[in-house]
Amino acid sequence: MTAQQDIKADTWTVAGRTFSSRLIVGTGKYKSLEENAAAVEASGAEIVTVAVRRVNISDPTQPRLTDFIDPRAVTYLPNTAGCFTADEAIRTLRLAREAGGWNLVKLEVLGEAKTLYPDMRETLRATEVLVKEGFEPMVYCVDDPIAAKQLEEAGAVAIMPLGAPIGSGLGIQNVVTIRLIVEGAGVPVLVDAGVGTASDAAEAMELGCDGVLMNTAIAEAKDPVLMARAMKAAVEAGRLAYLAGRMRKRRYADPSSPLAGLI
Amino acid sequence: MNVDEAIGIRVNGEARRVAGGMSVAEMVGSLGLDPAKVAVERNREIVPRSLLGEVRVEDGDQFEIVHFVGGG
Repeated sequence: MTAQQDIKADTWTVAGRTFSSRLIVGTGKYKSLEENAAAVEASGAEIVTVAVRRVNISDPTQPRLTDFIDPRAVTYLPNTAGCFTADEAIRTLRLAREAGGWNLVKLEVLGEAKTLYPDMRETLRATEVLVKEGFEPMVYCVDDPIAAKQLEEAGAVAIMPLGAPIGSGLGIQNVVTIRLIVEGAGVPVLVDAGVGTASDAAEAMELGCDGVLMNTAIAEAKDPVLMARAMKAAVEAGRLAYLAGRMRKRRYADPSSPLAGLI
Repeated sequence: MNVDEAIGIRVNGEARRVAGGMSVAEMVGSLGLDPAKVAVERNREIVPRSLLGEVRVEDGDQFEIVHFVGGG
């Protein structure tokens, strides 16, 4: 098999659905739906996260996300952003399933507004209930290898540890725990939250993650469409570097030119 | 109950008066919304899309009508 074919065949599968792009993008915080759609296009993402909110009944003619990002062309991944209890998250996803008709969802149950850190007790409880109801939850979680295992045992179809707090753009704070989660997981692992720029996304992929999920890093860039392109390239570069297998690190220099034949 | 009588319901937290006897699909349509593009919860129970045309709106019902919006 040539390298070209290798790259082409490099897909990943979550809950029986296979994707080529390893970049999942959010659809929040954009200046306009047009800009949002252009950024999704530039990112090459095949999955976008969406929120479930009340319809504005005083102005039902407002433009809709679905008019700009076609749910038949891109997989909508409904999320539970803003939910602080398992019950709220479950209620939201039941509505999402009714609105969209699919079981693949993103679960996040937050612990507090300041850090938006996940509440793992509620997250685990929600995962168990959702799985019983036939959902396939991709679960946002802390970067804790034990918590990740527990979620997988509860039926999470993907483990999505934070790299840093949501919207912080601080990059991956604990490469050790992310790597341990990747090594221990039998389901896809995606870094979700904390990516600030392209090198952060590449780092997640170099650690062996199956993908990266981001929103703010693209939406709050000065040029979101250009950053979406950068993230696409970074995820691909990081993935290729992971597959290629990096050189070992040395404490000191090692010359690149032969020492033999020096004049 | 007289079907022409107006009844009081709440939709997304707002009080509304609607004609009695209408289906949930008709109520959603009367708000200018396409029932195929939203999900409806009635008194905290999902109304499956297949039943939107059958379930009747009753006095005091509380509805949540949601759809997908941009989000992380």
